[in-house]
Formats: sequence, structure tokens, C-alpha cells
Amino acid sequence: MLKNKIVIYLYSRYERFWHWLQSALIIILLLTGFEVHQGLSLLRFHSAVKVHNFVGLTWLIAFAFFVFWLFTTGEWKQYIPTTRKMFLVVRYYSYGIFRGEAHPVPKRKEAKHNPLQRLTYLALAAFLLPFQMLTGFLYWGYNAWPLWGIKSLSLETVALAHTFGAFAILTFLVVHLYMTTTGHSLFAHIKAMITGWEEVEEGETVEEWEVAHERKPSAL
Amino acid sequence: MIQPRWFRKLMIWTVALTVSGMWPPILWAGSPQPDNPAPGLTMARQATKAQMPWTTSDHAKLPALKKRFNKGEEITQACLSCHSEAEAQFKQTIHWTWIGHVDENGKQLGKAGDSLNNFCLSTNKMNDKGCTSCHTGWEGKQQGVNCLVCHSRKKMNWKEAFEDYQAFSGSDDPDEVEIANEIQAEIQAAAQSIGRPTRQNCGECHFKGGGGDGVKHGDLDTSLSKPNKALDVHMGVDGQNFTCVRCHTTVQHHIAGRIYSKPAYTDRKSLIENDLTAKITCESCHGSTPHDKGHKANDHTDKVACQSCHIPEFARVLPTKMSWDWSKSGQLKDGKKYKEKGPLGTFDYMTIKGKMVWAKNVKPEYAWFNGSMNTMTVKDTIDPANTVPVSGPVGAADDPHSRIFPFKVHRGVQPYDKVNNNLLAPLLSGKQGYWETLDWNDALTKGMAALQVPFSGQFGFVSSTYHFPTTHMVAPKDKAVTCVECHTEKDGRMASISGVYMPGRDGAGWLDTLGWLAVIGAFLGVVLHGLGRIFTNGRKGA
Repeated sequence: MLKNKIVIYLYSRYERFWHWLQSALIIILLLTGFEVHQGLSLLRFHSAVKVHNFVGLTWLIAFAFFVFWLFTTGEWKQYIPTTRKMFLVVRYYSYGIFRGEAHPVPKRKEAKHNPLQRLTYLALAAFLLPFQMLTGFLYWGYNAWPLWGIKSLSLETVALAHTFGAFAILTFLVVHLYMTTTGHSLFAHIKAMITGWEEVEEGETVEEWEVAHERKPSAL
Repeated sequence: MIQPRWFRKLMIWTVALTVSGMWPPILWAGSPQPDNPAPGLTMARQATKAQMPWTTSDHAKLPALKKRFNKGEEITQACLSCHSEAEAQFKQTIHWTWIGHVDENGKQLGKAGDSLNNFCLSTNKMNDKGCTSCHTGWEGKQQGVNCLVCHSRKKMNWKEAFEDYQAFSGSDDPDEVEIANEIQAEIQAAAQSIGRPTRQNCGECHFKGGGGDGVKHGDLDTSLSKPNKALDVHMGVDGQNFTCVRCHTTVQHHIAGRIYSKPAYTDRKSLIENDLTAKITCESCHGSTPHDKGHKANDHTDKVACQSCHIPEFARVLPTKMSWDWSKSGQLKDGKKYKEKGPLGTFDYMTIKGKMVWAKNVKPEYAWFNGSMNTMTVKDTIDPANTVPVSGPVGAADDPHSRIFPFKVHRGVQPYDKVNNNLLAPLLSGKQGYWETLDWNDALTKGMAALQVPFSGQFGFVSSTYHFPTTHMVAPKDKAVTCVECHTEKDGRMASISGVYMPGRDGAGWLDTLGWLAVIGAFLGVVLHGLGRIFTNGRKGA
């Protein structure tokens, strides 16, 4: 059942940099955000607010670079959602994984994400994270609302929406961290995200529909 | 132009680090530097520079003041011989009339009118002589203006001085004549020692309102006669050494400040916007965004008054009275009136006044405030089932003129008319006053008769509150209220403030519950999944 493994270069330098930068930003934002919101006391309120604002705006700017990268490289196609093989993936994580089966959609350069990942990451990158940045930016700019012509919005609405987003991201983070352990070894996926090289099973062919786009080898 | 790979890497990192290094200071501004004071402080220092004596008269050299004065009125006439309009001006002001204004229903707001409080309650239209010792006239309001109350640098008991002088000056005894001459010399010295009002001049009445030092305001007491900077950054003798009139600026003897329900100012203008504006607000000199650019405190000034953060506590040196229960008055010990001191050295119980609570270092209470107060009169109907707001702030969260403002709240228990449902004002001092007779019914009858307001004869006691805006005793900046004292879930300073969303204090319980349920649910889910993998040994070995 087990096939031979090959090592492929899956994540480019920028992707890895972006992944870890964004994860650091998000974790700092979660910690300081929950300190501002309630309960946590790590930095004291005053510093938590300053750090949160600074890191939040940094994220906003860095995210713009990510969007630029996504479209100029064509990598956005990796996020096109699909239902094909979706059932197989769901079945794998709820059944097959316990039986030691192989992953039905192994990673390939041309198709990094399985259908479940595509859906999750699309929701994250296109909706949840921008939603959190937008509500955060509005929250940050509260005193300028009259200047921006915002009249019929209450700080409470924005604050609660931002809190909702924070919980959604934290929930994602919990599951995401766990999913990193589901590779062929506990730390295989994390290692790949650090080095860029992922060990995958040999022999699986990528179907035409899965291919994000043609890439020239020289791009590395 | 092909460079080695390591060189390209170095260049990329250099550029990246430089760019990211430029970024933090843009946002991180806001930590004040000692050699680079906040803009609001710079503005205020420029506005108040060089307070040099500018007078062109030395009153000790004026012939009009080098004469014998047999009674107070003669001094006033001497003043008026030069300052021809002063008395006419002064008699228009509340300092003379003790009437702020007459409202649309004909109620006179003021000490000399229908207003009352929950301290000594009322002056009974100035029939209670005990109250009039603070009036700025010779013999109360009966004769002319006593200019020296506010303008003499010498403190005098004028009533006693003239009584003694008149008693001794006509004597045949050379010793008594000598005494008379000494008194006259003191009178002349006081009349010749003239200037703009000092803290002592104003404080003689305003520090002792309510019948004693620090009784009323909490942020005004004799500790401000010679304060240090720790007590008041503006008045501190080791700092700016401001007098009261430095901020309470004056036009034709009308002194800027709140008068009963009337606000101290109608718009918040700085001297840059109007160089003749009264300096009565903080914004007058400091502007409306006084902190460093980017400092979060600047974002607060649309909702929070400067005082809310910069006066963390009042009564920081001397105690102030926090409550006064008149219903407990009248108790005797061994058949006699008595009084007892409490731990702060002030009277906690007096037979003639009742039970009182004093406190030091008091955290203010906070409320929305647009500068106006609702002040009650003896003619207003009350609801005795509830605490009566004898004086309370006007303001609302959605009113752009309102700010969250600190207050001393004095709680009282005071007499009211059970039939007519209005507050009552007993006559207190004098032979027929309550303090002598301890007879409520008689004192209330006489007091209300003086006010020309009917009294049914049925009286009870009702709880009341009296709000004083806290605006003096501005503390040094390192003592300002910190963020978490308000931005906290429980028991914060702003716990009672509604109509505004405060991060750290507010949130939606249901959202937090759902949020944490989702997070914990996800966590339990992955733990179960992981355990499943371990027990089924499904994970492929590496």
C-alpha cells in the first residue's frame, strides 16, 4: 500500500517567509487582542494597544504584498475551490487516516492543496482575514470616522465583528496546528514549511483539472 | 553585472531591514521625551509666559489712601475716587447679588434666592446671618462693596477692626488712643496693599464653603493656599505658581466660571482660535489634542474631559465631607449638645448638624457632562421615594458637547415637606435658629417664611446627592489615571458610564461564550482525532 517517497520543492522562499511572518503577526494580534478585549494580562493594556495597532497595520501592508505575489505568480489558481475528490478527502480524515491509508490527494507542485484545503484557505485569504483587517482598520480609525464620512456605524458593531473574527481565526489556528501533524511523520509538514522541501509519495499523477498553471522550472 | 548570490541576499536583507526599521517610529510615536514636551504643554507655556507685574500704580503712594478711615465705607469711597465704575460693575456680578439668574418660572437661582444644597441647606434669602460672613460687602449686603476682601494682600477681620478702632479712638486714655492708632495703621496698611486677587483672597470663602475647610468641593481647600506641584501642577509654588484668576479670567468684574446651572463656557476655544477667550477651560491653553501626535490620549478628548484622567483623586492633602445626615442631629449627651471627632480629625458627629462622613484621597465618580448643572430650588417638587439630585450634571453620550467628567458626589439626608413634596430650608444660626433651639418645626417654619414658600408643618427626611465638578488639584502627568483603571471588565472607574463602547470593559457575553465554545470544541475535536490515530495506529510510520 505504501509507495516510495520522493522529495519535491513545494514552497518557494517568499511563500515560506510569508507563511511564518503572517503566523507570527496573527499570534501576536491574537494575544494582544485578547488582552485588550478581556482577561489576558501579558503586556498591560497600554502596551497591548500599541503593539496591536502596530502589528495590525504591519499585517495590512504585508498582506498587500501577498496579494500582489498571488496574482503576479498566478498562484491564486491554487485556491480555486472544487468539489472533486472532496468526498475522498473527507473520508480520508474521518476514516482512512485511522486505517493507515494513503492520502487521496497528495501534494504536488502544481496542486499544493487538496480540495478541503482549497476551500479553507480560500475562505481564509479571501474572506476571514480581509474581514478581520477591515474591521480592525475601522476600529483603529474610529476617531477619523467623521472625516471618512462614516456616520451610521457604531464602535460596538465594529468591535463585536472584530471579536467574532478573532475567535474564528483562533479556531482555525487550533485545527491548523493539529493538521500539521497528519503528515507521514508528526513534523513532516512543519519541516516542509521551513525548508520548502516536502516528501510525497511517488507515482500519483496530477490530473489536468488540478494543475494550477504551467510553471517554468527556471522560476526557482 | 552578475553579482554573487550572497551579495544579492545581503542587499535584499539590508533594504528590507531598513524599510521595516523606518516603519515602527511612524506608529510608535507617543512616548513623550523630557526635552521634547507634548504640543499642548508647549502651547500652554507660550500662552502663559512671563507673568510680570504690569501695574502703573503703587497704592501705598496714593494720597487718597493716606487718610484715616473711620468705617469701611470710607475706604470704598477712596477706591471709587479713582476706579469710578468699579462698584457699579461689581454690583452686577454674582459675587455681590448671590443670584446667578432667574429662570423662566421665576425661580431665583443663587444663594440669596431659592437655591439650596445638602450642606447647610440655604441662606433663607440671606436672613441666616451665619451665612453672610462671606459676602463681599461691609456688613453683609447692607452697605457698600468691600473691595479689600478680594484686592487686599493683608488678611483682616474688618468688623472687629472698625469696632475696636471706634471704641478706642474717642478715648481719653492715651494707651487706648495708642491702640486705636495701631489699629488705624493696620487698616491703612491693608487699604494700601492692593493687587489682583491671590489664592488667599479667593480661598478665604471658596476653600471654606459649606462652613469649614474643604467641606464642599473636595478639590478646593486651604491646602491650595500654598500648594506644591504634586497637589496642583498649575498652582504649585514650586512651579507655575498660578493664582485663581490666572484661569478664572475676568471681564468687568465678572469672573469666568460656572454659576449654578450656567456652564463656565459655551464653546471650547483655545487662545489660538480667540485670543480674548476666557482661560477657564483646559483647552484654552492646551488645545483639544494636547498630547504627542499619535498618542492614544488625543483620541479620547472627544469623549473624555482632561480632568477625568489628570485628577486621579481629590482631597489629597486635607479631608473633604462626603456625606451629611441631618436626620441624626439633635442627640444629646448628658443633656448637652456634643460633638465627636473621627479618625481624620474632623467632626463625625455634631448635635447641631448630625452625622457626617469625611474622606481623603477620594476617587471621583464619573458622568456625562456638558458644562450645565441641574440645580434644585425650594420651589421644586421632589419624589421622596427616590434620592433627590439637588445638583446634578447635565449631559448625554450622544451630545457632542458632553464629556465624561469627574465629580465629587456629596450625599445628604435632609428635611422635606411631606405634604407639599419640596425640600425644606430651616433657619440655622442665631438665637431662633435650629443650632440654638434644636426645634426642627420652629426652625423650618421660620426658614421657609423667610423664603416665602409655604410649609405644611409635616416634615420628613430624604436622601439627596450634590455633584461638584472636579477640576482643581490637577496632578503631575506621571500620576494620571492609567488605561486599565477604566478599560477593565470589573469595577473600573467608568463602570457607571453608559452610551459608549469601551474596549476592555465591554463586549457581548454571548459572543465570548460562543467564541470560546468554538475554540474549545475545535481543541477537543482534534484531541479526539489525535487519540483515534494513536489507538488505531493508523499513522504511517516514518
